[in-house]
Amino acid sequence: MTRVLHKFTRSVPQWRPRVTPVRLEDATQEQLAALQVTPSNTKVSDYVLTLAHDVESLAVRSPLFNAIMYDEGGMSRAERELGALGPSIVNRCIYCAAVHADRHAKLEGDTSVTDALFARGEKATLSPRDQAIFNFAFKSAKAPSEATAEDMQALRAAGLSEEEILDLILSSALFGWANRLMHVLGDPVREGVE
Amino acid sequence: MNLFETTALRAASATSDSIPAVWARENIFAMTQDAEQAVLRPRDFGAFPHSFRAALAARIARLAGDGVLAEHYLEGAGDHEKIADPAVTGEAQGKRHVLTFVDKVAQDPRHVAAEDIEKLKAAGVSDADIVRLCELVAFLAYQIRVVSGLRLMQGQAR
Repeated sequence: MTRVLHKFTRSVPQWRPRVTPVRLEDATQEQLAALQVTPSNTKVSDYVLTLAHDVESLAVRSPLFNAIMYDEGGMSRAERELGALGPSIVNRCIYCAAVHADRHAKLEGDTSVTDALFARGEKATLSPRDQAIFNFAFKSAKAPSEATAEDMQALRAAGLSEEEILDLILSSALFGWANRLMHVLGDPVREGVE
Repeated sequence: MNLFETTALRAASATSDSIPAVWARENIFAMTQDAEQAVLRPRDFGAFPHSFRAALAARIARLAGDGVLAEHYLEGAGDHEKIADPAVTGEAQGKRHVLTFVDKVAQDPRHVAAEDIEKLKAAGVSDADIVRLCELVAFLAYQIRVVSGLRLMQGQAR
């Protein structure tokens, strides 16, 4: 039996599309290129096959996503994951939250931050630096106008450099995008009973 | 395109002096501009012509209270300008189902459910067009937040 998940978890679920994904055997050359399908790599997720319906967007979004989350310099990998978690919690994207909470916990070697966020959401108490990062990401995800000069001041007071603040703006905004694909176009599901 | 001519930096009035940190992420702003091209002016636009997409983008910017981005997109809206007004339901244009969906994904993605997708399908929107619509709204959510964040970095009031 397959259940749709409604609660946050670090255990990454499966993703079931609400539209029919592109069939790999029907994919055009342009789609295959964007899917990065090669003879040695033929495994493509339903999520990416779904996005292949709009191949021009997919082709530009994948490298952009990787640059924002993984390029060197600026904010740490774990803090960019925290930037991703703010919107994923606001937008209740269970799948995105699971993937990025799991990465955060593994990068930090510690589950306490994501445990607190999943248990208490915006009311969670974090270290001053994590709190400033999460608050900014959470508020700007709710509505851009919710994040204020005080939130920006809190980031600087917590010791973030201008480069790190820019990376936070980019990583949290990126999940305004990712959540609206993942949470809107499919359901997070798990096989079997709890 | 020059870094500071990209839509995100232009809409935030960002300069090399006001946010020097953007130079370290020049590639990201270039790709953000490529993404704007891909969702606003794709070669394969499906059921949504470029001017219709521009009008939707202006509508989403207005819903988020971003007049500068709204003006930017309105320039390409042509005959579809009316639907850039969030007060317009789309009934008269036969696009109510599209605008209802766009507004919900833009403003309240948390509560989007399977039935919202089913309503689009029932109205005859193809799977590919549903994905195209989501990419457009989702990209705008990103770009609007990049711009507002850059403004905050410079201490600009909204």
